[in-house]
Formats: sequence, structure tokens, C-alpha cells
Amino acid sequence: MARKQTLTKRISVTALAWLFSGAIFFPIYWMVITSFKTELAAFSTPPTFLFFDWTIENYETVQTRSNYLHHAMNSVILAGGSTLLALLIAIPAAWAMAFAPTDRTRGTLLWMLSTKMMPPVGVLVPIYLIYRDFGLLDSRIGLVILLCLGNLPIVIWMLFTYFKEIPKDILEAARMDGATVTKEIIYVLAPMSLPGIASTLLLNVILAWNEAFWTLNLTTSDAAPLTTFIASYSSPEGLFWAKLSAASTLAIAPILIIGWLSQRQLVRGLTFGAVK
Amino acid sequence: MNKHFAALMGAASMLVAAQAMAETKLTIATVNNGDMIRMQGLTEDFTAKNPDITVEWVTLEENVLRQKVTTDIATKGGQFDVLTIGTYEVPIWAKKGWLMPLDNLGDDYDVDDLLPAIRAGLSQDGKLYAAPFYGESSMVMYRKDLFEKAGITMPDAPTWEFVADAARKITDKDGEVYGICLRGKAGWGENMAFLTATANSFGARWFDENWVPQFDQPEWKNTLDFYVNLMKDAGPPGASSNGFNENLALFNSGKCGMWIDATVAASFVTNPKESMVADKVGFALAPDNGLGKRGNWLWAWSLAVPAGSQKVEAAEKFIAWATGKGYTELVASKEGWANVPPGTRTSLYENPEYQKAAPFAKMTIDSINSADPTKPTVKPVPYTGVQFVAIPEFQGLGTTVGQQFSSALAGQTTVDEALASAQAIATREMTKAGYIK
Repeated sequence: MARKQTLTKRISVTALAWLFSGAIFFPIYWMVITSFKTELAAFSTPPTFLFFDWTIENYETVQTRSNYLHHAMNSVILAGGSTLLALLIAIPAAWAMAFAPTDRTRGTLLWMLSTKMMPPVGVLVPIYLIYRDFGLLDSRIGLVILLCLGNLPIVIWMLFTYFKEIPKDILEAARMDGATVTKEIIYVLAPMSLPGIASTLLLNVILAWNEAFWTLNLTTSDAAPLTTFIASYSSPEGLFWAKLSAASTLAIAPILIIGWLSQRQLVRGLTFGAVK
Repeated sequence: MNKHFAALMGAASMLVAAQAMAETKLTIATVNNGDMIRMQGLTEDFTAKNPDITVEWVTLEENVLRQKVTTDIATKGGQFDVLTIGTYEVPIWAKKGWLMPLDNLGDDYDVDDLLPAIRAGLSQDGKLYAAPFYGESSMVMYRKDLFEKAGITMPDAPTWEFVADAARKITDKDGEVYGICLRGKAGWGENMAFLTATANSFGARWFDENWVPQFDQPEWKNTLDFYVNLMKDAGPPGASSNGFNENLALFNSGKCGMWIDATVAASFVTNPKESMVADKVGFALAPDNGLGKRGNWLWAWSLAVPAGSQKVEAAEKFIAWATGKGYTELVASKEGWANVPPGTRTSLYENPEYQKAAPFAKMTIDSINSADPTKPTVKPVPYTGVQFVAIPEFQGLGTTVGQQFSSALAGQTTVDEALASAQAIATREMTKAGYIK
């Protein structure tokens, strides 16, 4: 009897999980198949989900009209660069907050998070002026700095919570053995919180990859990443869904593949508790 | 041998360097629509004629482009050398001194060939500040077969009363055929473009001569009552979220008897690749109420040079190429007359080959000519612009008022409530901006 119950339970949990993941995946599936339709088919109601005339003409159009590789390369540089820079700053910062807190640590943490509460458009003009004067408009370095600063609060918060899980005693033991702070971070703290750092890194890459306000407003051509590539295929007048879907599929493909490959790390990191 | 090779390489590299130094790179910001994309494809013709100029395109969705270009020009960021802007921006930006007057478009440019209504919309104090790339108005597109079935004949210049009657007669809600599809999605360039132009033909106006909002006047009530009732009886379900593309999809799949929207739609609804009703579409002028103004708008995507640009000469060369008569012939020779950007030059509409290739040509030119951006309304107004008011505050104000009207269409508020809150919002905004003393 008991066994039977567990079986029904397991089946329903599995079914529920499939249902939820199906619902989450459905928009992506819809986008991908729309990219293989003609514009007319893409617009027709009710939409078809499998049986239609498959075509790759949208991908051909997108290839001839835009330089996908140029945009993709910019996205890789911006996402990768800003993430590495953020980790370089955030690991020491989170260490200090987790293991050497002062009276003001709590306040500082909250203040950092509060910078995320302002809508970015509020500082568009000042930032635009600063970037203009420093010659950083449409430059990759300018965006790497900005994306890094934008995501830094989240990175520090995430690392801080992971570091908090690590017992102070382990670090103290290392210190007793004569490790300097740098050595302590590199040889003890980093390896122990590797899943946490990895998932922070991945999340930050995804956030930077998808960032569409600053990347659209501060770039024109040289530093324009995939977000501008997508934006060039939308239009309020005219049929564009199939081409837009093709551009979007191309734009999310790299990050989707990275996400799939590192799924395990990501899940482990997000549910990570070091020594409980 | 090695020495010779080195010398050759040296000379070659110097040549390359010299060429690189002489080259001017033009960065052109533009919108994503068929005519602009076609122009990008033909850029080689320009660079072949001007080997010292290279062209970099930045194509963006209209609203993204507007925000970006506005930021850049307001801060004098200098990211763009040529801007694609509309008839709304040109008078405002020209007045602020943000645009260069286009004085040197060349002897063979023939400025007087530009359509007078379009030229007037792009000029300030008699000077041209942007050159039109394509122009559009709005008109009625209708299904000839449905009209025939109902035994009605569409006149060339219908009245609103006729349109409303016909729409109710054609409607067959069980068969998913709706008599009329009109914009309902909130936005200054969405439902307010249509409703402002319609209001003009009902004798309404946004402001009186002292900038006092006029939504409390009977003309606006007539306009909105007419629109909401008509859409309730003969419009598609969920019309309050329909914009150009949604209506285009409805019309092309055979669900609309009539659609009043941009003349540029004519080429989409008659294209058999995109439309299921391509061979059944007729055209008529936007309706009127016998007050001397028709409910059609006027818009032109145009090319302009930002003030303070370092590359004015090259930018003007490009603009003269893209908006000149030669470009029209280039497109015609490569892609046929039907694909030529419409609505900017008188000579195009006198061209028999164009008339043959574009069955909607006459309706387009008549629609454009009947719109006057300098005198858009029956009663006098202090502003220019047909489907908009050319003041910087209009984007925000138009969208907020559009939301009120959209919710009246959706049935969430009554027409009277929507008009009362529109009046209150407009009065507050105009007082805050200093128009009302």
C-alpha cells in the first residue's frame, strides 16, 4: 500500500515537473519554429506548431543583412570581460564582508543593493555625457566597465552568502599555518566555494549577455552586441516576426548551449551549502 | 628580389594608409522598414560614385531609434552623421538648432519637385532641415468582394457616415469577418495618430489658440463616441490592443472589410506573398464629415544632419543620393517600379511606368496632397502637425491620453470619463510646461 502511494506520488511529481518545464520551454520552442516559417505563416492564426512549410530563408536574410559574428564576438567580450572584472573585485569584497565584518558592513551591503533599485534610464543622460567626454561611447571597454558595475552588487551579495556558509575555523587554521590573506583566498576559500563562484559567474554572464538598455543606448556599431542585432529586426510597421525569431534564435543559441553544458554546476551552486 | 619586395610592400602600405586617411566614414541611423533595408542593399552604388566615403548602417526598431537618437543629439554625442527622423521631430529639433539646414544638396537635386505638403512639414522658416526618403498618408483599404456581396459601392471620397454604415453591413461576426479594423493600441504614434487625424475631420482640435486643451468640447465627444460605437458594432474583438501590424495580419487573413491606416500598407495588402486577399483590395481616400478636412495623416521618414557634425559635406552627398531622382531610377531598374520609395516627389507620380506598376499611386498622392501640416484642423490652432502636435511634450502627453481612449474602447471606462481625464491630464501637463499661463 505504502509503495503504491509513493509510486503515484512519483508519477504525479514527474508529470508536474514535465508540465512546468514544458511551460517554461514553450516560448523558446515557439520562437525557434517561427524562425523556420515564412512571414505569412508566422503571422497566421491559429499558429501551427509542427506541420508547415519549413524554410531557412529567414536565416539567409539575417546572414546577408547583418554581421552576426561581429555582434556575437562583442557579446562574448562584454559578458566575459564584465564577469571576470566583477569577480576580481567581488571576491575580495565578499571575503572582507563575510570574514572581517565591521559595524558598517550590513549598511554597505544594503546600500549596494539599493543602487539596483533605480531605473537605469534615470542616469542615462549623465552617463552618456561622461562617456562622451571620455570617448567611451561605442567602445567595448566602456561597456565592460558599466556592465561590471551594474552587476557588481548582485555578484557581491551572492558570493557573500556562499562565503558565509564556510566556517571561519577553516580559514583560521590556514592562517595558523602562515597563509597570507591572498593565499588564504586562493588556496582555501576559492576551492571550497568553487560551485558558488561558478554559479555566480554563470548568472553574471547571462545577465550581461541579456542586458539590453545600456548596450542599446551606448553603442552604435563597433561595440554593438547581439541585443542591437535583435533590435534591428523589430518594426512597428511591417511583417517581421519570422526574421526577428531567426535573429533571436541566433542570439540566444550560444548562451543556451553554455547553460546546458554547465547545468550541473549551476544547480549545484544555487543550492550550495558548504559544510552544513 | 627581397629588396624589391620590401619596397613594393612599403609603397602598398603607404597607399593603403593614404586611402584610409582620406576616407570619411558616415554612420547612418535608420529604422527597420522595407524601403530602408532596400537602400542598405544599394549602398554600393553610392560608395562606387564616392570612393572616399564609407557607410556604416545602424538599423533599429523605431522606438529604440527615437530614444537613442534623441539622447545623442540632445547631448551632442556625435555618434551619428545622418539621422532618420520623422515629421514630428524635424520642426522641434530645427527650432532647437539641433539640425543643419540642407543648403547644398547639389544643382540637380530639384527641391521644387518635392511634394509641397511633405516639404512644408520638413521646413522651418522656409529652410529645409531634412530630406524626405519616403512619405505616407493614410487611406481606406477595403475588400471589393465583400462590398459587392453586400451591394455597396465605395466612392473615391467616402464620408464617415458611409463608412460606418458599410462596416455594419459587412460585419459577419460568426464568420469572423469584421466590417472595420482600426488602431486601438495606446500610444502617441499608435491609436492617437489615427484618432487625432480623425478628430481633425470631425472639427476637433487638441488645443485652442491659447494652448487650452479642447477635450471638453463636443467635437471630441462626437469623435470618440463615433469610434467606440463603430468598433463595438463592427470591429474585431480585442481591438484595444491592435496596432498597425495586428490589423495588417487581420486584413491579410481576410478578416477585415475595411482598414484605415498608412498608405505604405497598400504594398503589403496587395502582395500575394503576404496577403490572402491581394487581388480583392480597393482603395479610397480617408473619410470626412463635410467640414473641409479629411481624416488622413501625413508622415515622412527623412534624412537629416545633426548640428555640429564634422562630416557635413559627405552627409549631404549621401542625402542627395538617397533622396534624389537618381535613386528612384536605380531602385526601378534593380527591383521594379512598385518598390520605389513613395510619397516624396511630384515627378514620380507623373511617371506612367510608376502609375502602371502601383495601382495605389493615385490614392497615395491625393491623400498626401490633401493633408496640410501647417493648417491641420477646421478651427485655428497654434501648432503644426496633422496626427500629432509638434511640441516636445506631445510624446508623453499623447501616450497618456491614448491610454485613456484605449480603455474607453476596451469598455473599462466610458467615453465621458476618458475625455474628462484626458482634459485634466492635458491641462495639468500644459500648465506645468508653461504653455498655459
